[in-house]
Amino acid sequence: MLGARPAPVWLLGAGAVVGLAAVLPAAYLAVVVFGDFSAALETALSSRALETLLRTAALTAAVVVTSVAIALPIGWLTVRTDLPGRRLWAVLCTLPLVIPSYVGAYLLVAALGPNGMVQEALGVDRLPSIYGFTGAWLVLTLFTYPLVLIPLRATLRRIDPQLEDAARAMGRSPLEVFRTVVLPQLWPVIAAGSLLVALFTISDFGAVSILRFRSFTSEIYIAYQSSFDRVAAAALGAVLVVAMLALLFASSKVRGAKAVHRLGPGTLRPAPPYRLGRWRWPALAFCSLIVLVAFALPVGVLIYWASKGISTGSTSLNTIAALGGNSLLIAAWAAAIGAVAALAVAALVVRYPSPASRLVERLSHAGYALPGILVALGLVFFATRAVPALYQTIALLVFAMTIHYLPLAIGPTASSLLQLSPRIEEAARGMGRGQAEVFRTITIPLARGGMMAGAALVFLHAMKELTVTLILSPIGFKTLATDIWTQTTYGFYEASAIPALVLLAVAAIPVYLLSEQGAAPP
Amino acid sequence: MKLPFSQPQRLLAALLVFAAVVLAGCGFSTEDSGGGSNDSGPEGITLYSGRIPAAIGPAVDSYEAEADRDVKVRFAETADLAATLVEEGDASPADAFFAQEPGAIAAVAEAGLLTKLPQNILDMVPARYRDPEGRWVGVTGRARVIAYNKDVVSESELPPAPFGLTAPKWKDRVGWSPASSSMQEYVTALRARYGDDRTRQWLEEMVDNGAVSFPDNVTIRDAIAKGEIDVGLINHYYVAQAIGEEGPDYPVAVYFPPGGLGSLMLLTSVGVLESSDRKPEAFAFVRSLLSDKSQQFFTSSSKEYPLAKGARPDPSLSVPINQIPVSDSSLVDLKELQGTIELMQESGAL
Repeated sequence: MLGARPAPVWLLGAGAVVGLAAVLPAAYLAVVVFGDFSAALETALSSRALETLLRTAALTAAVVVTSVAIALPIGWLTVRTDLPGRRLWAVLCTLPLVIPSYVGAYLLVAALGPNGMVQEALGVDRLPSIYGFTGAWLVLTLFTYPLVLIPLRATLRRIDPQLEDAARAMGRSPLEVFRTVVLPQLWPVIAAGSLLVALFTISDFGAVSILRFRSFTSEIYIAYQSSFDRVAAAALGAVLVVAMLALLFASSKVRGAKAVHRLGPGTLRPAPPYRLGRWRWPALAFCSLIVLVAFALPVGVLIYWASKGISTGSTSLNTIAALGGNSLLIAAWAAAIGAVAALAVAALVVRYPSPASRLVERLSHAGYALPGILVALGLVFFATRAVPALYQTIALLVFAMTIHYLPLAIGPTASSLLQLSPRIEEAARGMGRGQAEVFRTITIPLARGGMMAGAALVFLHAMKELTVTLILSPIGFKTLATDIWTQTTYGFYEASAIPALVLLAVAAIPVYLLSEQGAAPP
Repeated sequence: MKLPFSQPQRLLAALLVFAAVVLAGCGFSTEDSGGGSNDSGPEGITLYSGRIPAAIGPAVDSYEAEADRDVKVRFAETADLAATLVEEGDASPADAFFAQEPGAIAAVAEAGLLTKLPQNILDMVPARYRDPEGRWVGVTGRARVIAYNKDVVSESELPPAPFGLTAPKWKDRVGWSPASSSMQEYVTALRARYGDDRTRQWLEEMVDNGAVSFPDNVTIRDAIAKGEIDVGLINHYYVAQAIGEEGPDYPVAVYFPPGGLGSLMLLTSVGVLESSDRKPEAFAFVRSLLSDKSQQFFTSSSKEYPLAKGARPDPSLSVPINQIPVSDSSLVDLKELQGTIELMQESGAL
């Protein structure tokens, strides 16, 4: 059995490099924390920190549960049923991912807030308050549930219908078949998607600050912006890293090392779609509601603002094109490097499970749980000391983006490797090929789907990233995201709508491709 | 037989490769200073700016033209830049730091990163608008005021000091931003003038009276404009800017409360980094910010108070600058700021 072999040295080396790179921000936290350990400990263990941690945990749990509750039906409807226009729904339901959480939160307040557009349209005196837990829960769910939906749909497509046929033949109802046969096969991918949603939720700052929910990242920003206390900020960041490790552990328990590849011979038979019959109406209503709230409404507000912005003539198309080019450059490089780095980690974890490979996996998740400011400051700290020539260059900015978003690429790559039977690789080894050759000729080509999906996710998030760009970019380097920030700092929402729409349009390309992932018949 | 790539994957790969290669090939585009003028002279100083391009660009441009030097500006949140400067230490590429908030420049000064400014620069600004130790000077001032919706509230109803906003009449009608540094500077000044007990009492009464917390000044202003709340504690110039954008029908007006430090002056300030190897140029830049021309730009564009001696505030600023109080407490003392945070946290405001 291949899994029992020790990992080849070159793969372990590559994984170690990736893991060490990704752990730099966390290492910076350690340096600061140990610089004044007693003060750090006092902050980290204060009742205030613990309360905030519990509050953040509650938000995270709620966002994960609702994300799954939205993604699961949409995934099933768009892959396994005869829902009218299901490919279009798949694309539309994936698109909310392109909306940055801070933009989404602003738009939600504009639309659903007190005296907002919806209230005026309905002509009522008062709507339920969207501030606090409710608003943060809503925004984070609406704009992150696609992180569960995307891998879920990919997995649903590859599920072997033979098991379901067998269960049905034994007289089980469709619901029972789903619960006892389909769902167990989906748990690993739901756990992987949930992990990404959870880590995003705990590291988000944009949405929670606008919606006035005091999460853990708010405390970190208060430590920086109010008392300029780097030790307190680092101590709180270290708590987030620990929380991340706990989430990763929980997720890996659910995922297990489950083999989800097929054992039978032959090619996968496409599953016949379930007929929805009358149920297609509620199904369509559900999909429409989600698309309306998570995509049509925010984009509608942006288009409205943009039309006002154009009429005042404040935007130059040349500038927007240059900003778009810069965003694209950073995002494309981060995506490409992230995909390769993720392959090393995923291959280690899936094919050569060992304490060392699990350590590499944990290290490489460290940057995603942290808010952007801590990732940026960590690299400021190390780059100015170790590689001053690279400080505030495109290379360092791409590096920062890559380690910040690496887990987004690891998940899908690991999933696609899990679905591959190691027997193919074993067979190639049996024919006398070396480990490196097998990796190059078999593993990489078969993992390409997952790598592409991972690259697209990194691309998308790097497009939206703000704080890391502001601090680590070469001087004078602006992107769509920094332009949106510049405009909204003083509340010029109309002027910010055009770069926001361009950002959405560019980011929509990988999202479209993600939703089509594996759509071609196998 | 499965193709190695499905069609969408090929498209995606092509897109990424195209983007990376083409863009790397033709380099990336950067813009010059905030103003966007591209007549680059010889390389000059690097500025870390907490002010956005529109709020500093023309002042930088005018220095560039006079000095025939090209200033490079990094724009980000003031607090993030302060934290960045602290981590960079001696290796900082920055020569000067322009802070929106006094706490941020105090943190950088406290870390020993700012050099003492020459006396001829310090002399350009009245002593009450600069660091007693001479490490930074104020450039512009913003007054903490009460903004109100003039369709709902008349100015005569407003209390003579923010202390009065705890009256039952204002229940659930007041917005504030406890997490913003400007609100915290105000609380620090209250503590210095009226003591911790009186300040704590006011904070607790505000919380009990249903004061609504917003993340920053802009969101308070917009909430007043939308009628979400009726009054709010903000910096005066945000309203002037909105009136400039939206016209005279804009529903929000400002009121300078005469008592209780109601219109406290908050400074934006500039300092020169100790690690800079272009100190003479950086000093020249600071002088330029305090020149008539730049001071005029600041006050006429963003309606802030110009702080250089002899500079004239914009005619729209009807309250004379000498009627606006400054804090008794030394805003450079970070321990005071820490104490403020703790007080605000204990009283439930933060």
